[in-house]
Amino acid sequence: MSAASDVWIIAEQAGGRPRKITYELLGLAKTLAGQGTVHAVVAGREIAGIAEDLAAHGAQVVHVAASALLEPYTTDAHAQVIGTLLAEAAPGLVLVGSTAAGRDLAPRLAAKLDAGIVTDCASVEVQDGRVVAARPAMTRKAIVRVAFHDGIRIAVVLPNIYPPAPAEQGRSADVVTVPVTLDPASIRTRVVAVSAIKRETVPLTEADIIVSGGRGLRGPENFALLDKLAAALGAAVGSSRPPVDSGWVPHDYEIGQTGKTVNPQLYIACGISGAPQHLAGMSGSRCIVAINKDPQAPIFGVATYGVVGDLFEILPLLTEEVRRLKSAAGDGGRQAAG
Amino acid sequence: MNIVVCVKHVPDTEVPIKIRADGRGVEESGLNHVLNFYDEHGVEEALRIKERFGGTVTLVTAGPSRAVEALRTGLAMGADAAIHIQDPALSSLDHVGTARVLAAAIKPLSADLVLCGKLSTDDNAAVVGPAVAEFLDLPQATAITKLELGEGAATAHREVEGAVEVLEVKLPAVITVERGINEPRYPSLPGIMRARRTAVAARTLADLGIAVPPAGHVELLNMTPPPKRQAGRRLEGEAAVIVQDLVRALREEAKVL
Repeated sequence: MSAASDVWIIAEQAGGRPRKITYELLGLAKTLAGQGTVHAVVAGREIAGIAEDLAAHGAQVVHVAASALLEPYTTDAHAQVIGTLLAEAAPGLVLVGSTAAGRDLAPRLAAKLDAGIVTDCASVEVQDGRVVAARPAMTRKAIVRVAFHDGIRIAVVLPNIYPPAPAEQGRSADVVTVPVTLDPASIRTRVVAVSAIKRETVPLTEADIIVSGGRGLRGPENFALLDKLAAALGAAVGSSRPPVDSGWVPHDYEIGQTGKTVNPQLYIACGISGAPQHLAGMSGSRCIVAINKDPQAPIFGVATYGVVGDLFEILPLLTEEVRRLKSAAGDGGRQAAG
Repeated sequence: MNIVVCVKHVPDTEVPIKIRADGRGVEESGLNHVLNFYDEHGVEEALRIKERFGGTVTLVTAGPSRAVEALRTGLAMGADAAIHIQDPALSSLDHVGTARVLAAAIKPLSADLVLCGKLSTDDNAAVVGPAVAEFLDLPQATAITKLELGEGAATAHREVEGAVEVLEVKLPAVITVERGINEPRYPSLPGIMRARRTAVAARTLADLGIAVPPAGHVELLNMTPPPKRQAGRRLEGEAAVIVQDLVRALREEAKVL
């Protein structure tokens, strides 16, 4: 792939608005396309307004596939419509966000299009005409660099790594309407219910700040301490494996080898010892704060700031201090630096 | 109910790995391999369905000779049959190529349900399951935390960003399973004895009608240890002072607040 090739992104949207990862992909696409064109594909029900938003963030061509059959997301509907489009265009590089839908769709597309696919990309670059991706593997005990061969290349990019493309009003894109000719009988899955996980203000994988608890919290009731700090910070709450195994919190809290991989700006580990299984899911965080009574806890080995102390004493004070800071700022606090 | 479970033999996640001197993989000697634990959940789910509705559980793997041990573990848990695809050409396949090979082995089995782990803990790719579904032209549901079978369809729960989605999937289907779905059983002693006696069906790519192995679309350049994080600053002493110090550091040094 030359530095002037077109780069496509699959723009994921929720409720008519692009997800954060979509802006991150647009930023990356612009860098990789150089003088080439950035294309975005968006599929859903009522998405007329999205093209303008994508254009403002750098998409030069927006392919809009609008149909009631495309929302909510189903593998069959999206794979058919987007697969057909990509088969015709045969772009050299397609960027997909590593989200629940992206991880479901991208491998299916790769098989359909006989394309190369690399998932969990922490970086995607063009080096000497080759597209090279780096990704964690072996439960993050190794970073693997992979080169794509020629053909359609699909890179599934981890969220929260690339900065979102800034919006510039006044930019416009060519909007192409994608014909949708879907046979409803060919859609073999149906979404029958979606129940929001109430505790999540921000999904863990998209959060700029995560407050996470471990065995040191001693019981489910003490997660309230984390909730309070998280509310003050605008953060999401997660956990290491022991609280999940003990039934204190549901599995969707878990960060680590058997749970989620997160890359927030700030990760506050409370009462977490730092087993390799946990570090595998969070050591990509930019800044790590560890609060632990045990000065020997391995978590201190990766912590930017290691607080040796009793979390039951520290957390309420920290929450209080953050609240004071935010109210002094008067604007609910500024967002963490992108 | 004919259930097929795709399994993989992977390095034990509990042990450290040694990257080969040429950076093209990990040193296999002395490295303990086990059944990928997401696949254990797949085997467990298959056995629970079999116990409820009857049928057979067939395991399929594509891998070197040692991979038979992953099949033995699944058989010892209670699976009925196992297929081992072994071929020198396997090592040059990428994940989509591997899926094509697995699909070719699964196709003649007339499966009602194909289960896979959400991902394997070595490559972490999560590509094979959906790609197998595409090659078999079956619907898919990925990273499932709860599965209930009904007439001609299954109900599957999956976690999406900030929500749990409930899907109805027509059967036959390919389902990839998340860790929360069940608690895998340990192989029983009689199970282990039976697993040793069960014949494992061997297949080559030629047996599966794949004459020329498809070339991979991606190429491993190298593998390196992840960058080591340096331990930063310790904050000790009186709680109120630590907190003041920490918040100041997060604002002024790290600039994350």
